[in-house]
Amino acid sequence: MVEVTGVLMEWAPYLLGGVSITLGMVGIALGIGIVLGLPFALVQVYGARAHRICIGAYAWFFRGLPVLVLLFLFYFGIFPALGLDLPAFMVGAIVLGLRGAAYQSQIFRGAIQSINEGQMTAALSLGMTRLTAIKSIILPQSLRIALPGWSNEYPEILTDSAICYAIGVAELLTRTSQIVSVTYITMPIYLFCAVIFIILNYAGMWIIQKIELKVAIPGFGAGAG
Amino acid sequence: MDTAPFITTVLVPALTQGLVITLQLIVLAAPFGLLLGIGIALGRQYGSRGVSVLCKLYVIFVKGCPLLLLLFILYFGLPSVGITLSAFAASVIGFILCNAAYNSEYVRGAILSVKDGQMVAAQALGMTRQQTIREIVLPQALRRAIPGLSNEFIYLIKYSSLAYMLTVIELSGAGKLVATKYFAYNEVFFAVGLVYLALVSITTAAVHILEKKVAVPGLIS
Repeated sequence: MVEVTGVLMEWAPYLLGGVSITLGMVGIALGIGIVLGLPFALVQVYGARAHRICIGAYAWFFRGLPVLVLLFLFYFGIFPALGLDLPAFMVGAIVLGLRGAAYQSQIFRGAIQSINEGQMTAALSLGMTRLTAIKSIILPQSLRIALPGWSNEYPEILTDSAICYAIGVAELLTRTSQIVSVTYITMPIYLFCAVIFIILNYAGMWIIQKIELKVAIPGFGAGAG
Repeated sequence: MDTAPFITTVLVPALTQGLVITLQLIVLAAPFGLLLGIGIALGRQYGSRGVSVLCKLYVIFVKGCPLLLLLFILYFGLPSVGITLSAFAASVIGFILCNAAYNSEYVRGAILSVKDGQMVAAQALGMTRQQTIREIVLPQALRRAIPGLSNEFIYLIKYSSLAYMLTVIELSGAGKLVATKYFAYNEVFFAVGLVYLALVSITTAAVHILEKKVAVPGLIS
């Protein structure tokens, strides 16, 4: 036991470095997910038929493939074929982000569609342009409605980020395995890693819940979660 | 490299072999994942305080920790306490444990959606608690849980690829080996992806049929 504690103390800084890499990937992926997912959702609701089909196909592809296959496809296949020599960290973040965009576009789409169509008609009849109506009427409501569903994205991307082990990103799980193979201590180190993941998971969700409460509008039910 | 012979003599046989293993993983894991999931949901909802807390802790642990780490614990960690599993067995057990945790959440939600009054009414009619759960609550709850459960089944299909990380040569693994050997990553992984898309799409269609088949008129699911 003393030995295990010593080893954990010795390697803790290395593991914590892995935490920052994991969180970095998750942060970039969430960012890509929102930046792409929201416009995708708008296109799927308001766009032309051809555009809707394209986004639908995109979502179908990225939601239907395992993360592992997507990582292999992009890391060994698509990016090298495009002549891009990206580090594994960026590939991991981008793949998780593109995949997140597919899921998030569906969450945002559902939220946008849940706003009564009459509101759009009313806004247009008041002389707003379609874009203004979307920006100041539809989105403020639908983003609040989307938040509870969206908050599930964080734990999902966090746990999926561990799969980037397969392409050699030096994130938490990869570093854990490295420590295991150096020290030959298995269970305590794996469990320590599990505890870190669980803390990251629930701490993140707690923060998101706080945000949900903060942006909630009294009387506007769904936003309060 | 000629494309046609590569596809017929190398790619298709390799992926078929891999697909068989993938299907074995899924077919072994899914039923036990469902049963264990229902058990955990019942334990959380109707069990004694101790059982309920244990079930909750289980769900928190498994949902909070990446599946790949769970697989590592089962395959690389357990031997240190004297339990040695084959890579295939460790994968199946890992999938069952993970699948069950998520399934239990859907089943529990569905159980909560069945009105309390039904339990009271059934007991007023002289049914035991166990009978009520089995004959009244579960038949309704499980129907309502179908969309969530089928989602988890689709996740299981996709996450079965992680067995490759424990050296089980399933679909993704078979693809990786061929891709590395022939340096044809794009072609092979698109092909592998298509197989997964086909599996997922077939499942989605099958779930719709199942939902219609077990639907009870008047019961909103």
